[in-house]
Amino acid sequence: MNDLWTTCSTAIAQLLSGDPQLWGIVGVSFSVSASALLIALLPALSTGFMLAYFRFPGRWAAISVLNSLLAVPTVVVGLVLYMLLSRAGPLGDLNLLFTRPAMIIGQILLCFPLLVAMSLSAFQAADHRVLETAKTLGANPWQAFVTLLFEVRFALLAAVVTAFGRIIAEVGSAMMVGGNILHHTRNITTAIALETGKGEFVQGVALGIVLLVLALTLNVSLGWMQSHSRVLRHGT
Amino acid sequence: MKHLQLLLMRSVLVTVLIFVSGIALADSIRLATTTSTYNSGLLDYLLNYYAQVSDTEVQVISVGTGKALRMGENGDVDLVMTHAPSAEARFVDQGFGIEAHRVMYNDFVLVGPKEDAANVSGAQTVTDGLSLIAASNKRFISRGDDSGTHKKELQLWQHLGALPNFDGYLESGRGMGHSLQMASEMGAYAMTDRGTWLALKDKLELTLVLEGDPRLLNPYQVMLVNPKRHSHANINSAREFAQWLVSSAGQEAIGNFRINGEVLFVPSAK
Repeated sequence: MNDLWTTCSTAIAQLLSGDPQLWGIVGVSFSVSASALLIALLPALSTGFMLAYFRFPGRWAAISVLNSLLAVPTVVVGLVLYMLLSRAGPLGDLNLLFTRPAMIIGQILLCFPLLVAMSLSAFQAADHRVLETAKTLGANPWQAFVTLLFEVRFALLAAVVTAFGRIIAEVGSAMMVGGNILHHTRNITTAIALETGKGEFVQGVALGIVLLVLALTLNVSLGWMQSHSRVLRHGT
Repeated sequence: MKHLQLLLMRSVLVTVLIFVSGIALADSIRLATTTSTYNSGLLDYLLNYYAQVSDTEVQVISVGTGKALRMGENGDVDLVMTHAPSAEARFVDQGFGIEAHRVMYNDFVLVGPKEDAANVSGAQTVTDGLSLIAASNKRFISRGDDSGTHKKELQLWQHLGALPNFDGYLESGRGMGHSLQMASEMGAYAMTDRGTWLALKDKLELTLVLEGDPRLLNPYQVMLVNPKRHSHANINSAREFAQWLVSSAGQEAIGNFRINGEVLFVPSAK
């Protein structure tokens, strides 16, 4: 067994050498998670907005269901999706099992409730006067929505960063509906699971480092943007 | 703000492009196979050869034999290569698979901690070895995942009369590589195919304690999914690949695959 230090330094060397297979795997993770996030974003934000600003029967039920969906394990999402997409399942004809679109669907299901819940609390925390002022100034509902989006942009950005973190780090659904096929559906997390199974800890550590650096970059830039905006506001 | 918008739009565009380019237009087939053939590196090695003679891309999904057969049954893959003769016979008999061919074999071995406290290395047969482990209540890591290795292991325990129920018997529920690493960390015994053992043994605190019992033979078969059940299956390309595996070129490639100079699989197509 290699000691921890040699494993880590070999891993960093492998990353820096631009190993195409390694970076290809990183590319799969990014394209899948970014696609899922982009597709889920607008519907989720609108849902969060509607739940925050409209009163309708069943609203609390909807919010409770969304909050419980936050706790659903990724493998359960993967299993349900697997049974739906399998040839023997109701959506088998779509031929989606073991493809990237299947992974994207799984990750949409995983990040949607999170985006709704976080944007809901962001909208609820926003000053109601913003919306009323916008309306008095003659804004239509869409313009009012956009104004509000801008007002709570940092809370929403935090929601996006958190959601991206959840889906790029999940392994359960990606492994089940993706199948861990090299060059196609092997992403960072499923590759780590496979490589450790082969006793190849170096590649696992290298991919883990990519995930860590990514999380750090996203959160540091989010923090920087938030503090930067506060400085600007106080300055004027 | 303008800059940010531009950046955002660009990243959206790039993402979409990466995504679209990932959808392969070339001919491809899906092979569900066992973790033992994949984790040992054999499949990657064979596919490198196959890429020289064919444009068909072989997408490999490596799972336990039970799950691989299930994928074939549901038509989620085009062909399977597994190692559980009785389950494979059922698979063909029930009309889920066609054109079963012997491809190769290796054998199972028992491995265990270097001190071999149960003294398995002194046993004559594999069943004697297993009963020594059970009698001394030493730890034994079973795959517990309905894989070919797991099925084989249960068969051998059945020879002793009953399924194991001693305290040291633990089910990992994971692939061969993970299970061997668990055995290594816990100082436990395990049954493994020789291929995975040879590929991993340098990284393990384990030693080979028993081999050579004829009951430990581990034959691999390739089968196509039944196109009568699954008309969508890419059966022609799947057949081409299966035929290549049992052809003299494929068999030679299998026989030449070595790790640290040791042969892992013996070609056995007729």
